[in-house]
Amino acid sequence: MNTVPTKLQRSRAFLTVFLKEVKENLRDRRTLISAFLTGPLLGPVVFAMVINVTLNRELDKAEKPLPVPVIGAEYAPNLIDALKAGGVVPGAPVADPEKAVRKRDADVVLRIASDYGAAWRKGEPVQVELIYDSSQSDANTPVERVTHLVEGYARQQGAMRLVARGLSPSTAWPLQVAKRDQATPQSRAVLMFAMLPYFFVITILTGGMYLAIDLTAGERERQSLEPLFANPVARWKILCGKLAAICAFSTTSLLITVVGFAVVGRFIPAEKLGMELDLGLHFGGSALLLMLPLVLLFAALQSMVAAFAKSYREAQTYLSLLMLVPIIPSLLLVVMPIKAQAWMYAIPLLGQNLGIMQLLRGDGVTAEQIGLCLTGSLAAALVAVLVTIQLYRSERLAISA
Amino acid sequence: MIEVRNLHKAFGAVKAVDGVSFTARDGEITGLLGPNGAGKTTTLRMLYTLMTPDRGQVLVDGIDAAVDPLGVRRQLGVLPDARGLYKRLTARENIDYFARLHGLPEDLLKSRRDALIEALEMGDIADRRTEGFSQGQRVKTAIARALVHDPRNVILDEPTNGLDVMATRALRQFMARLKGEGRCVLFSSHIMQEVAALCDRIVVIAHGRVVADESPDALRAQTGESNLEDAFVKIIGSDEGLAA
Repeated sequence: MNTVPTKLQRSRAFLTVFLKEVKENLRDRRTLISAFLTGPLLGPVVFAMVINVTLNRELDKAEKPLPVPVIGAEYAPNLIDALKAGGVVPGAPVADPEKAVRKRDADVVLRIASDYGAAWRKGEPVQVELIYDSSQSDANTPVERVTHLVEGYARQQGAMRLVARGLSPSTAWPLQVAKRDQATPQSRAVLMFAMLPYFFVITILTGGMYLAIDLTAGERERQSLEPLFANPVARWKILCGKLAAICAFSTTSLLITVVGFAVVGRFIPAEKLGMELDLGLHFGGSALLLMLPLVLLFAALQSMVAAFAKSYREAQTYLSLLMLVPIIPSLLLVVMPIKAQAWMYAIPLLGQNLGIMQLLRGDGVTAEQIGLCLTGSLAAALVAVLVTIQLYRSERLAISA
Repeated sequence: MIEVRNLHKAFGAVKAVDGVSFTARDGEITGLLGPNGAGKTTTLRMLYTLMTPDRGQVLVDGIDAAVDPLGVRRQLGVLPDARGLYKRLTARENIDYFARLHGLPEDLLKSRRDALIEALEMGDIADRRTEGFSQGQRVKTAIARALVHDPRNVILDEPTNGLDVMATRALRQFMARLKGEGRCVLFSSHIMQEVAALCDRIVVIAHGRVVADESPDALRAQTGESNLEDAFVKIIGSDEGLAA
């Protein structure tokens, strides 16, 4: 009656669990859409749209004629001519420039005092006022342009006065700053792409989320965990099969998103801003390699969190919160750019962040950095797996009611 | 054969199982009878090693559950209180999954599974996804997947719960058939007639303790009641939680 299975056959348990979970979840439309469509593709699409809008706006601002309301234009016709030459279109004066600026009716207003002409002729210093609101980030480019033009005009006029008095203009400017920008076209792109690593991380999380919920909280909620544990298979083997299924889904998600970014990268007019953007094969491959340990880490973390939840809904809430955690290193690097130290590569998330940014800059990552990144994240992943295995041993885990 | 010796299990201050001992023999149906909350499910959960007893010993075919839990589970077919199926899999796939977890080779799996589908008369639902199954269809599927590895010992926790009259009758016949095949069948119930009609031996549990362990006839003789239900009420000291 009793068939005695051999040791060899029992080692199939891992594969059996893995295959069953994959098959079952491939039949769930919601999981499929979230893991293979919305999750991985939303990132690249939104990214491309945001970048395109930002780029086009910056380009527009730099080249377009700039309308600036001018108060007292009649007192300084030469200045106005100089501004016109620089692309500024002087507009009709506004009654209340401060209010106009605050209400964003104008980015910047130029006010010329009525004693401008008299002071100019006497050779006394005169003042022109630029009224703007620096909290409107839109206004920064126009303000810079106008400031630049006014200062250029002032320097030119100053030089002419010195020449008229028989002096060399260089007497007034004994020191000159020569700026030598070391940014490469690629490194300029980095600032805009600081959120890219976060998109990768989010994709891993969404790719595995429904499985992680389904495989623990979901299984317990529909009361199938208890019969499952009545089988002669160690719980850690069952867990490993489930983790493998989560990893399979999230890796596929990640792959789709990397390909998505590679495709979308071709449509971003980065070179117009003198930037260079390479999201192609080399970048994708390296990013994928750096991200792989995170796949396992997140699978274990998500299973752990889901195992704590009493129901499917509760697990969903917890896992949504978990999604906010990886935004921290991305934000940190944006808000306070730090000089990367070697040890930072060993910290999960931070290491990936640094590595991907470095790839974007075109600097490439060294074997040592890759090694640190992989080792650190893999170690964290193993710890998370061990903790989850421990959690799986608990008696309460299987009891549904 | 399943031997239970002096099992104890407490959840906080609540002593769910407080010194339960009994033996379920091969070729017999043993009924675990008791009102709701008496500790039946907890006792069974310790048998199939889902829970660890605080004290006491469980032996299945001589294998100690504390020493070799996997060995014990290999000897058992279990229909737990929780009968959750995988709703996106068909009945057949549900059964196959558990068969593979038991390590059945594919050819044996096929013949065992098909035999059970026939014995449980579930040929018409075998290839349907289990989502939307009736209670009876669900229990059939759960039993088939519990028995697919041909276990010598069968544990059923309240198997007839939620079943209609026809399904209950069919299930009782199936249990008698398991007994006829020489298996050790242990099931829990709070329904008097069911236990009386089926069991060779009745273990009555109340408040986490065994209050009687007899054949139905001996139980009647012991209490001096000709009616088994009256005997039962007399033994547990109240008719609380007892469904007729």
